[in-house]
Amino acid sequence: MSSADSMDALLALSPSVALRSERFGALAYDFSSRRLTFLKSPQLVAVVRQLDGATSLREALTAAEIDPGQWSQYAAAVQRLVSTDMVRNAHDPIGKE
Amino acid sequence: MSIQAPQKLIDHFERGLDAPICLTWELTYACNLSCAHCLSSSGKRDPRELTTAQCEAVIDELQAMQVFYVNIGGGEPTIRPDFWHLLEYSVAHQVGVKFSTNGIRITPERAEWLARSDYVDVQISIDGATAQINDALRGQGTFDMAVRALENLAAANFSNPKISVVVTRDNVHQLDEFKQIADTYGATLRLTRLRPSGRGADIWDDLHPTPAQQQDLYRWLVNSGESVLTGDSFFHLAALGEPLPGLNLCGAGRVVCLIDPIGDVYACPFAIHDRFLAGNIIAEGGFAPVWRDSALFRELRSPQSSGTCTSCSAYDSCRGGCVAAKFFTGLPLDGPDPECVKGWSEDALADPLRMIPAGRQDHSRIAPAKACNESPVSTATFVPLTALSARA
Repeated sequence: MSSADSMDALLALSPSVALRSERFGALAYDFSSRRLTFLKSPQLVAVVRQLDGATSLREALTAAEIDPGQWSQYAAAVQRLVSTDMVRNAHDPIGKE
Repeated sequence: MSIQAPQKLIDHFERGLDAPICLTWELTYACNLSCAHCLSSSGKRDPRELTTAQCEAVIDELQAMQVFYVNIGGGEPTIRPDFWHLLEYSVAHQVGVKFSTNGIRITPERAEWLARSDYVDVQISIDGATAQINDALRGQGTFDMAVRALENLAAANFSNPKISVVVTRDNVHQLDEFKQIADTYGATLRLTRLRPSGRGADIWDDLHPTPAQQQDLYRWLVNSGESVLTGDSFFHLAALGEPLPGLNLCGAGRVVCLIDPIGDVYACPFAIHDRFLAGNIIAEGGFAPVWRDSALFRELRSPQSSGTCTSCSAYDSCRGGCVAAKFFTGLPLDGPDPECVKGWSEDALADPLRMIPAGRQDHSRIAPAKACNESPVSTATFVPLTALSARA
């Protein structure tokens, strides 16, 4: 995925995933796969929470007030969540179930 | 600049979270079996057990605290007449359920009902890969009962049940066979540690794995990776090399706890004793106040002394091991685990004056008395410890 593509990506938390905020960040639990993931930074949690109302990853990063100098790091962290299906591409039909 | 939090995750866990990551909830002390190693000394129902409405209130609270799943056990939880209702209630309130059972109520019809339920995991207990070894610990006919339950689940296309095995001196040579059984039924194998808790105190000396067996077990677990679950049971083995998958710390009162059938909250499922009793959810108006404010949990979340382990090079890996295992073998809580892989607990275990703490509660069913035996004094008080291990 090129950087531009990833910044334009329309993403959302998977419907079977719930977030629970903690001092270190959050627990993310997927009720379908029973997979528990630890989001280890409150800023990353803010980005993930902003995905749902945003039309692109760029918009979510902006809304979460992430320093543009760190966007690529956060995009990579979000991409890791996509790879474990915690976060989905919202264009993906499976994401609209 | 890294986006990692400045503090390590494990430090947050050791200081405790606002709610448990998950917890164990034993719904009843009633059980159709009397396994020799039962952690909760189960057998007879306790008349003070929580009512259906009280259980629903617990689930409401867990939902509000965002506890994503509970491990339900007992006793045999499916014996409770309202068990299936509580399962539905819990799932409908975003609290997933994994329940442990010996299989007695997993009929073909129930297996189909379970296969239609979302967010329910079923865990069938066996403690031997053959009837001979399993039944010696769990009772006559229990292996066949568990296999029938697995067959019923497979026939109903229930996806991925768990097979839960307590690793003992007598079954540790069967690890490959356990995996084979799991593969046969499309199940995932889960191995846990034999704890000297409950009735387990009476058989632990004879049945916990030997040091050589612990090394074999560790290598087997490392080779299995994430395909075999352990529930973080064997973190004391991390001192042998690379850590096993999991959090690798004692979560007692920090990220896990136990709610017992009468609403008592203990630090962990292996620590049913006054020393680890945090409070009662009925007496204290709910689970959350006990979790957040109990003096015991505050103590467990404060920095712990590494005691005599301080000078050991492996302390950062095993972090002193299991507190409950130390307590119920009469070892100091700030010293080595009774199964310390470096051998640092051998002298203390060999001490003839070692004192094993007496159990606080016992719901074991006493063998049926003879017709004329009306003695008000429980015979169990006088049963030598060695006799109990022979009973199964």
